[in-house]
Amino acid sequence: MSLSPEDSLEHQLSDAHPGALSQIRKLWRGDSGMVPIVLGLVILVIYFQVRNSVFLSSGNVTNLFVQATVFILLGMAEIWLLLLGDIDLSVGYVMGVGSAISVILVDHQFHWPWYAAFALTLFVTTAIATLQGLIVIVFRLPSFIVTLAGLLFWEGMLINLVDHQGTGGSISNENKILYNLVNGNFTTVFTWIFVIAVVLFMAQTMVRADRRRRASGLVTRPFGVMVFKVAALAAAGIALALLFNANRGTFIVLKGMPYAIPIDFAVLAAGSLILTKTKAGRYIYAIGGNSEAARRSGINVNRYRLLAFALTGLTTGIASLLYASRLGGISDNIDSSLVLYAVASAVIGGTSLFGGRGRMIHAVIGGIVIATIYNGMALISIGPATQYMAIALVLLAAVTIDSLARRGSTSS
Amino acid sequence: MTNNPGPSGPMASRSGSTTPGDPGLSTSLLSLRGISKNFGAVQAVENINLDIPAGQVTALLGDNGAGKSVLIKTISGIWAPSGGQIFWRGEEVHVHTPRDAEHLGIATVYQDLALCDNLDIVQNMFLGHEETKAGLLDEISMELTTKRTLADLSVSTVKSVRQLVGSLSGGQRQAIAVARAVMRDSQLVIMDEPTAALGVSQTAQVLNLIKTLAARGIAVIVISHNLNDVFQVADRAAVMYLGSLVSEGPIANYDTSSAVELITTGESSRVPSIRVASATN
Ligand SMILES: Nc1ncnc2c1ncn2[C@@H]1O[C@H](COP(=O)(O)OP(=O)(O)OP(=O)(O)O)[C@@H](O)[C@H]1O
Ligand SMILES: [Mg+2]
Repeated sequence: MSLSPEDSLEHQLSDAHPGALSQIRKLWRGDSGMVPIVLGLVILVIYFQVRNSVFLSSGNVTNLFVQATVFILLGMAEIWLLLLGDIDLSVGYVMGVGSAISVILVDHQFHWPWYAAFALTLFVTTAIATLQGLIVIVFRLPSFIVTLAGLLFWEGMLINLVDHQGTGGSISNENKILYNLVNGNFTTVFTWIFVIAVVLFMAQTMVRADRRRRASGLVTRPFGVMVFKVAALAAAGIALALLFNANRGTFIVLKGMPYAIPIDFAVLAAGSLILTKTKAGRYIYAIGGNSEAARRSGINVNRYRLLAFALTGLTTGIASLLYASRLGGISDNIDSSLVLYAVASAVIGGTSLFGGRGRMIHAVIGGIVIATIYNGMALISIGPATQYMAIALVLLAAVTIDSLARRGSTSS
Repeated sequence: MTNNPGPSGPMASRSGSTTPGDPGLSTSLLSLRGISKNFGAVQAVENINLDIPAGQVTALLGDNGAGKSVLIKTISGIWAPSGGQIFWRGEEVHVHTPRDAEHLGIATVYQDLALCDNLDIVQNMFLGHEETKAGLLDEISMELTTKRTLADLSVSTVKSVRQLVGSLSGGQRQAIAVARAVMRDSQLVIMDEPTAALGVSQTAQVLNLIKTLAARGIAVIVISHNLNDVFQVADRAAVMYLGSLVSEGPIANYDTSSAVELITTGESSRVPSIRVASATN
């Protein structure tokens, strides 16, 4: 506004290199949802560590990540639909149904090989979510209501499945591979290899993208920003590897990164790739931003909405395997708030409830924040009642920021 | 829903002008015959017969609510007409979706611009037509093309093509919408009030652009309330009044006062109206 027309003409497409500081600010604004919450997380971690030095011990951090896994995966499942401005309230019980199917199929009675059981689990959760999506699209119903019906329906289905086994209200898992998804660990050497490979791959991707932009004469980030990002990534990777590789067993030696972490990471990488690098991802954002504009641009809106439902189901299926692993089976009486944690993870991380804004990484940050609050408060002997209220306040703060950001971006 | 006016349509008798040998059909790029559109009981557009020649600018005039936007949306595949036929190069076509219109070579700048505020300029420019390399989006190529297109159109006020469209001013948004429509090789470019939010120099640029398009042999339909602009660029004019086409012809047949008369009352003492013309048909 303060620019005179002449000024803005000069600024035009020359993309004159603005100062590094404003570039950094721009970068932060780009990840705007995440900066406050990452700072908040750091403060929480420091606080819990000061109150109880066990908090950052190898055993507790590993435990915290395992606790966070289901929140993270369900949060990522939810983000596909949140980006459209839709929601899936059934993910908690669809996950339960998936867990039940996987546990039943690998069990001594059916004795399916693990890969077949896992594949069918993913197929079923994907089919369930796709069916709900079809109902939403064909009958033009709000996803909120259809998946609310789904929540009840699949809870009933879960109870049926579990009770039908005649083993009381729960089925326990005997399968080693399913058990290991959460409880198994890489060797210490492989933990290092994984961490180094990830850091190198991401650094190389960043550098290559930057070099290609430069070669095409496009604006690139200042070199310093990239170095900072890579350094931060490497530091985090090394810190985690050291933590995971310290012995956390009391009677036996227990070391290495839990398998759950590369699984989370793989889902994050695949989801981010789809959202940021493919047409499907682009269209999901476009539909969430302005579905009529997307339609007029020739996008088959319903096809991509259905795809998002299917991806929610697929991601929920992956969560169901880790959930069964974590519970050591499945019960007919699972936590009814799981879906709320799914939405909370996404929103706390910075994904908008209004559609069009969000990233897969948000569920990771949000899931870790929720797990940190539970874990840390339990460590300093604060009971569940206060834990719930603390999470509630964080969630409230997150939606407030979301709503303010939305108003900020549409005004002017 | 498919356009089949048939003998049952109230316009059937009047769309008798669709007989083979209709001179308009053979010479024009796009011909509308008896196009109607109603929303429930609201008759927004009624029995429009209009020929759009290639290489010329046709100004579509009419008061607020006359049905201009509804008419161009039926051409653009936003919704199917309730009745009538659309001919493209003399052949009847059915335009059911925006993609259908696009495949014919029709690009449209909508009055509400139809941009996604949560996407940046490059993403909006290529929405629905992303360039890919090995299945992944080719951002660099799209960014370069966007910069080139905007530079060609002298859209000089945006600071970065990676800016979110939601952060742009009304005029900048309009410039992006126009640039998006002309970026692809189209044969008919439709612009619904493309200069409404533009400043003086931007308006001049868009008007120049319209002339350039026509000079390249592209047909342009432009809707505007600004008669000065219209008389500057248009080769032909078509005036709508309460959903009907009331007058149509070379721009030389009109002057400001007769155009205003037609727009506001649906008739003019000095320009023959369609009703008279069709009676002599
Ligand atoms: N989606 C719709 N549903 C119902 N009625 C509609 C719809 N769109 C337009 N109309 C009606 O059709 C008529 C013509 O509207 P249209 O938008 O074509 O006007 P216009 O000539 O473009 O006017 P303006 O100059 O104000 O843009 C109006 O009476 C309007 O209320
Ligand atoms: Mg209009």
